[in-house]
Amino acid sequence: MTTTTPAHAVPTSVPQHVRDLVARVTGDEKHDPSAHSTLDVVWTLYDQVLRVDPARPDDPDRDRFLLSKGHGPASTYAVLAAKGFFPASWLDDVASFDSPLGHHPDRTLVPGVEIGSGSLGHGLPLAVGLAMGLRGRSTARVVVLVGDAELDEGSNAEAIQVAGRYGLGNLTCVVVDNHSDNLGWPGGIAPRFALEGWAAGEVRTHDQPRLTAALRRTEPDRPTVVVVDTTGTTTQEAA
Amino acid sequence: MTTLATAPALDLRTRFYDELDPLLDAHPDVDVVLAVIGSGYMGRAIARHPGRVIDVGIREQALIGVAGGLALAGRRPIVHTFASFLVERPYEQVKLDLGHQDVGAVLVSAGASYDVSAGGRTHQSPADVALISALPGWTVHVPGHADEVAELLHREAAGTGRTYLRLSGQRNARPGPVDGRLHLVRDGAIAAGGPLVVAVGPMLDSVLAATADLPVRVAWTATPHPLDAEGLRALAGPAPVLAVVEPYLEGTSAAPVAAALADRPSRVLHVGVPGEAELRRYGTPREHAAAHGLDAAGVRRRVSAFLG
Repeated sequence: MTTTTPAHAVPTSVPQHVRDLVARVTGDEKHDPSAHSTLDVVWTLYDQVLRVDPARPDDPDRDRFLLSKGHGPASTYAVLAAKGFFPASWLDDVASFDSPLGHHPDRTLVPGVEIGSGSLGHGLPLAVGLAMGLRGRSTARVVVLVGDAELDEGSNAEAIQVAGRYGLGNLTCVVVDNHSDNLGWPGGIAPRFALEGWAAGEVRTHDQPRLTAALRRTEPDRPTVVVVDTTGTTTQEAA
Repeated sequence: MTTLATAPALDLRTRFYDELDPLLDAHPDVDVVLAVIGSGYMGRAIARHPGRVIDVGIREQALIGVAGGLALAGRRPIVHTFASFLVERPYEQVKLDLGHQDVGAVLVSAGASYDVSAGGRTHQSPADVALISALPGWTVHVPGHADEVAELLHREAAGTGRTYLRLSGQRNARPGPVDGRLHLVRDGAIAAGGPLVVAVGPMLDSVLAATADLPVRVAWTATPHPLDAEGLRALAGPAPVLAVVEPYLEGTSAAPVAAALADRPSRVLHVGVPGEAELRRYGTPREHAAAHGLDAAGVRRRVSAFLG
């Protein structure tokens, strides 16, 4: 476990008003695992980790959050609305013809959305290029969220290798592991990154202090990966 | 370090490599992205511009994804490998990581159509221009001379759009104006509105040889997409008899040509690399051009039969 101290008190869970915003997107009060598995991570990033300002969504030195797992945008939409990137009323007609919010997000339509995504396996390669372009020119971090099943796409393997070889210390990949991958990852997900030179950590999604610390962790000479288990019961950090 | 005063390279691909060092000097926001191919030919650019020539290894999905990310960071990526690995293998990345993100890049391919004739089908992609043209917001340049390559490269490096720059082994003896327009090269003593042959990029010299004693005018462009529709309409006249000779998949420009001439009766022949069957032969580019009917003799046969 890292010893990073949070800058201020860490909430024990996602506030109810943010959960209510998610419900406005999904149209029901129930927790749909596929829609909500990313909520803890996205809220923690925007509330505790990322340096972003809704008044200046195009600030060249802003931290970048890339939602690669674009088929589950509800939590990201809710968090961006909660943080003031766009009006909460946008959440009420998602995917209608006149709505800027769709079932897969479009960066050109939504303030605060950094990439258009939906087809799996595009966010991490884009994040690698973005981190390369910002490195040495800005203090901005690049944080990309992928799913454990999304890692099936071979483009991720290419990107993991390139990021490791180039030692991209300004890049963090968050793998939301809801164990939805059909064929599984023998030996775990984190070691696959670690072997390529990434600093790898594993946390449980509901362990807020450790999740926050893991998401804040960077290493100067190598990228970091945080594998967030949304179902498991153990908390540990690997190499 | 001394600089050797040598004549600029005539080979299009060599000229591209040679231009990268001065290009990186002149454009501080440009980065070059490679997937190994080409990295052995730009040592000076790599040595003089640390970190700005990024080789991702033999990873073509990452090649385009990284370029998209660089563009999102405000960089101007120049991306290079063989056409088959630049356009076909990572086609969804070209569509999404560049187009859908609404960012620009300059994709520079080598190995046009049957340039790598001895390499076989795996290293040939005559459909590249058709594929790129099918995506929104792209400009396609098909230069036929090394000087055109240099001019286009420097201009596009200063731009922001999505550009495909197609380098071929075939070339013309003289450069032409690369302003995106269609230019009349030979009037053939034929009245305006008479038969017109449009040669694209490196096909010009073959077309000129093929039609030397035919009653046709010859026009040329290095930029088939977007097509200079206004120039075509002006040159083709009110009742066009038109042949379009392209060094890639036959009929690639058929739709924009038809659209440009939709308001008038026309007869149009498209000459290019046939798409119906693979040519399962090796040999030289010259032999492939002959087999496809794209050498001067083949173009002459097609155009003569068309004129009747």
